[in-house]
Amino acid sequence: MSAEAIPAFVPGNRVQIVDLDKPGHVRTPMYVREKTGAIERYCGAFENPEERGYGRINLARIPLYRVRFNQHDLWPDYEGPERDNLVLEIYEHWLKPAIQETA
Amino acid sequence: MADNGKHSHDHDHEHGPHPTREDDDVELTPAEAKFLAFKSLLIEKGVVTPAEIQARMAVNQNSGYHHAARMIAKAWTDPAYKTRMMDDAKASAIELGIEVTEAKLVALENTPKRHHLVVCTLCSCYPRSLLGEPPAWYVSKAYRSRAVREPRKVLREFGLEFADDIEIQVHDSNADLRYVVMPMRPAGTEGMSEEDLANLITRDCVVGAALPTEPRSTAT
Repeated sequence: MSAEAIPAFVPGNRVQIVDLDKPGHVRTPMYVREKTGAIERYCGAFENPEERGYGRINLARIPLYRVRFNQHDLWPDYEGPERDNLVLEIYEHWLKPAIQETA
Repeated sequence: MADNGKHSHDHDHEHGPHPTREDDDVELTPAEAKFLAFKSLLIEKGVVTPAEIQARMAVNQNSGYHHAARMIAKAWTDPAYKTRMMDDAKASAIELGIEVTEAKLVALENTPKRHHLVVCTLCSCYPRSLLGEPPAWYVSKAYRSRAVREPRKVLREFGLEFADDIEIQVHDSNADLRYVVMPMRPAGTEGMSEEDLANLITRDCVVGAALPTEPRSTAT
């Protein structure tokens, strides 16, 4: 039950946030859903708060990553230089490899 | 006064209800009632003791950003400590005898080319054992929604203006990690003791909403 998943992504991988449209204690804010960013680092494996928030404990730990986004990719009207960015923590089941991007 | 200020006096001016100070014996919200019932049950069933609850509250109330300030001042003067702090901020706090209850702590180093700003958009996640209770603005909906969307404008309102060649990196503390910003050591602080350096660091510095300023006058 305490199996630790092997992380599927490595730093630098381009990823897209899946919109699981899941109710409850989810930790993936709306503003990053379906947005594309890059894995910044692997943070370790944690119990899924979507389960833990309801008292279900001792579950398998799942990989958590820090994912970095360009602010201009999050907000089309972002006022600031191109290099400004945002980093947040995303559990692996909210991530999929990014599809070919039109630069 | 049961007449709610609508009484007439002999004097001839109009006025509203007399100012009163509300007691806090208002009706509980359902969430508050649930919380108190739950807390009582935990105590009755022997899961926690009142002393344990008090002790945990004391950790939050007695901790404050001075813990983080101590770590930062040490990192400014001790490169080996700084390396350890960047590698594992929680371990580096414990090393100084600071009790850290958060699972994982990340130190974010400001540089001449990058400034960090921390927010929790989903609620108000904050490394309380290291920084104490968060400031009111940190938990406000305005800060939580604006810091991710227009960080430069928010920073300007805190009195911080950054040139375009300085990257602003916002950290949404949305899940299991907690963050502390390590500001740059201000100029003119050469030869200062760790203790004096720590005094330059304010609560807002460690969230990224302020910068430590040059040494204050010693007059207090």
